[in-house]
Amino acid sequence: MLLPKARGALSGCVFQALQSGDTAPISDTPEPDGTEDAQLTLWVLYELHHRGFEDVSDDLEWDPHLIGLRRQLETDFEQTLRGRAPQLPEPGAFAETFFDFVASHDGPSLSGHIHKFATKDQVHEFLRHKTIYHLKESDHTTWVIPRLSDPVKAAVVELQYDEYGAGDPNRLHATLFARGLEASGLDATYGAYIDEAPLEVLEQNNAMSLFGLNRRLRAASLGFLAAFEATSSVPSRRIAQGLDRLGFPPEMLEYYTEHVEADAVHEQLAVRTICGVLLEEEPELHEDVFFGAWTSMDLEDRYADRMLQEWAA
Amino acid sequence: MSDASKSDYPDIILCPGGPMLLRGDHVVQDENGNDHQTTRPVSAVCRCGKSQIKPWCDGTHKFLRKQQPPTD
Repeated sequence: MLLPKARGALSGCVFQALQSGDTAPISDTPEPDGTEDAQLTLWVLYELHHRGFEDVSDDLEWDPHLIGLRRQLETDFEQTLRGRAPQLPEPGAFAETFFDFVASHDGPSLSGHIHKFATKDQVHEFLRHKTIYHLKESDHTTWVIPRLSDPVKAAVVELQYDEYGAGDPNRLHATLFARGLEASGLDATYGAYIDEAPLEVLEQNNAMSLFGLNRRLRAASLGFLAAFEATSSVPSRRIAQGLDRLGFPPEMLEYYTEHVEADAVHEQLAVRTICGVLLEEEPELHEDVFFGAWTSMDLEDRYADRMLQEWAA
Repeated sequence: MSDASKSDYPDIILCPGGPMLLRGDHVVQDENGNDHQTTRPVSAVCRCGKSQIKPWCDGTHKFLRKQQPPTD
């Protein structure tokens, strides 16, 4: 993947430094031209820890100037996310409280629109946006694994093993998505559609990296995972039905039908054997588990709101 | 494996109001006598009877929880 197109003064300055290899100017960067400029810059800085860019040296992954800027941007982002969170549930019987919290969350339904009303062009756009995450699906959770106690670590690996196809590269969820894209006539190259990713997609992906790469936020990462899984089975079924309605190829449907079944397992594991055990060990992490869960649902709502508004226009 | 360690890692977990989690490779026979081989490290077997992909869980129980929780 090549660096994306800049979206303002900050990303412009940072991308130029990344390409030249001279990161000294990063210590005196301009203010971002709005949230999208800041979020794209942060996304690129996180991507250095994922797959990197063909036009950026791998040596820059841990460059102190870049890490300093990342720290500033992610501090601002974390404050924004925490500022958006409502009053979170009090500690109680965890699994029941968690499932009730998710069930009582009332957001716009993008999957309902895709199920019954979306056009083929709209679904193509949706799939292009989803490539930013699904082509590296679950990787952000893998970052958390070494930061956990043995029981929680084993439980996360049990879930991740399924995400990664139980060792079979053909069953890896990211591979299933890539296969569906290709069969649908879309580009399955990693990062191919980053230039059209809206702010809400950048924020979703950046929240996952923020939680995954900071040990102190491990509970938020696992709460994010649990809510993500707990809000996936039923929407995945609706999306599969919408894809079927629009005549998408079976490979694309398979990605979503796989998630109907897999995520009905994963939500139970994420809530009971992962977050539940984490909180038995470290009850003080309760608020962060729910902060991560709420962030997962809120960011999906923001993306749904944007797309439903655009498509209604 | 000691009994204590086994109790932290059961073969079957009955989720309150939800599915039965089944670890490992098994063949599950449904109500009609059809056999279904598990395909993933942990499988969720429907217990509410309303799943559209039986014998596996598809999360439908969550819509039934308030009205008629499945019996354990």
